[in-house]
Amino acid sequence: MSQDTPQERALRAGLGLAALLAAAAPLMILAFLAYFSWPLLTSGLLPRFFTQTWNPAAQQWGLLPMMLGTVWVAGLAMLWAAPLGIGLALHLVLFAPRGLARLLQAVVEFMTGIPTVVYAFAALFLLVPRMRGLLGGSGFSILTASLVLALVVVPTITLVARERLEAVPRRQVQAALAAGADRWQLCRRVLLPGAWKGLVTALVLGSGRAVGDTLIALMLAGNSLALPTSWASSGRTLTSHIALIFAADFASPSFKAVFLCGLILFLYSLALVVGLRLLQGRRRP
Amino acid sequence: MRRFLTASAILLSLCCLVLWSPGSAQAAGADPFQGLTGTLHIAGGTAHIKCETEAARMIMRAHPQVRITIAGGGSGVGIQQVCQGLIDLGNTGRPPTQAEIKRCGLKVYRFAVDGIAVVVNPSNPVAGISKADLRAVFAGRITNWRRLGGKDAPIDLYTRDANSGTRKVFWKKGLGKGAISPKANFVASNAAMKTAVAGDPNAIGYISLGVADQSVKLLAIDGVAPSPQAVKEGRYRIARGLFMVTKGEPKPLARAFIQFMLSPRGQKLVAKHGFLPVK
Repeated sequence: MSQDTPQERALRAGLGLAALLAAAAPLMILAFLAYFSWPLLTSGLLPRFFTQTWNPAAQQWGLLPMMLGTVWVAGLAMLWAAPLGIGLALHLVLFAPRGLARLLQAVVEFMTGIPTVVYAFAALFLLVPRMRGLLGGSGFSILTASLVLALVVVPTITLVARERLEAVPRRQVQAALAAGADRWQLCRRVLLPGAWKGLVTALVLGSGRAVGDTLIALMLAGNSLALPTSWASSGRTLTSHIALIFAADFASPSFKAVFLCGLILFLYSLALVVGLRLLQGRRRP
Repeated sequence: MRRFLTASAILLSLCCLVLWSPGSAQAAGADPFQGLTGTLHIAGGTAHIKCETEAARMIMRAHPQVRITIAGGGSGVGIQQVCQGLIDLGNTGRPPTQAEIKRCGLKVYRFAVDGIAVVVNPSNPVAGISKADLRAVFAGRITNWRRLGGKDAPIDLYTRDANSGTRKVFWKKGLGKGAISPKANFVASNAAMKTAVAGDPNAIGYISLGVADQSVKLLAIDGVAPSPQAVKEGRYRIARGLFMVTKGEPKPLARAFIQFMLSPRGQKLVAKHGFLPVK
């Protein structure tokens, strides 16, 4: 260590600083959210945010419809995206000829870069009228938003899942093939057990995207304040709610509710990450 | 396609419409922009956007050294951003409250009067509604078009978010401060309201008269069809001023824009876009 050149020391200091900043940013955001939500958490008003009615004019700030809205939209999106995303990853690893695999990979990588507002806007004209025909009602619904959101989530799942599937030791794959395993057996006996933690990671990262996206739900889910009762309901997510009330008066409880929404979303991500760490410490079942 | 693109910009209240054109300088006599340079940022109310965008295009054609950006967000956003000094000129479709004026030292300029029309899909046979029925519909007590003389179909309610000046005025003057059903769908701008109602055969919503066009059908209220004329004669009562606000005295570019909107040319634009001129 004592022979480090000045360049090496500078590099180490620079990289250390970058790491520190990257790690400090989320902590600072959490501190910021906690600081602004604190008056609300200690004021005794908190239970009033876990009610069904959002009507600031009548001093009602219930966030339950938005919490449920987020669960519905993101949950359904994951329901569509999980089999698609992991299926696509398995296809890329097991079946696709080289050229096709390369093409699909490029398409999936390209999809991660498309702003979600583009999907939402296209769906406004292409999907909403069809959903109106299918479900009746306005066409703006939790189902509509979840279908489009699935498109956003699939690439995240596929890219992570493929990488983890390919990280399964080559020797195990060859041993299985040498023992006469067909692709189905290879998939079931070697790849899935070998990569299951990676696949769960892919799903968790995907669900993070599903919960965090704003514009798709804002533009397609209808944003109604009623508690959602089915996938055909109009619904509002926490992120849409933040977008819709953000500009209201800074001093009002409505505005404080924004911080609570943010805190809930943040805690959700935190729970996911902690869960993931715990999982990665475990052996496969 | 062009309508598609324009709608997108307004609809999302995301994109600043930065309009730019290398123009031939056609200097008018008393041109408020003479000798000014720089960028003017405007945001807020969405009823203002089309009219002001055309004004901005005219100004920038004559004065290539001036840039004007216009964004949406709603009246609440306009007032708030002007207070924070993020923009030079805030649009609002409701008068600012006394508290807002005091807190930010707002100067308020009214440049047009706008009606708020109740709109349905053009395919809807219903042509008018009573004020009592209107309240019942938005409160969620009437839920089928048959009750209003239409076909047997559920009513899809559309409303605006809390930042909307249109919502505030409609709630006060159209609904008599009556409740709006939590089942209503929310849209984020006047243009988005138009798109939503134009696409949904069972929709009912409310919209700036200036933004309404053939794609939606305006309902008569208690027998009075909404129009700038009816607003002017006081027969159609759901109306409001359109305002521009500045924090303290306006800066030169903002002042010039206000002067332009209040000039004969500006007021002609106001009338062309379906509003009532104030001069």
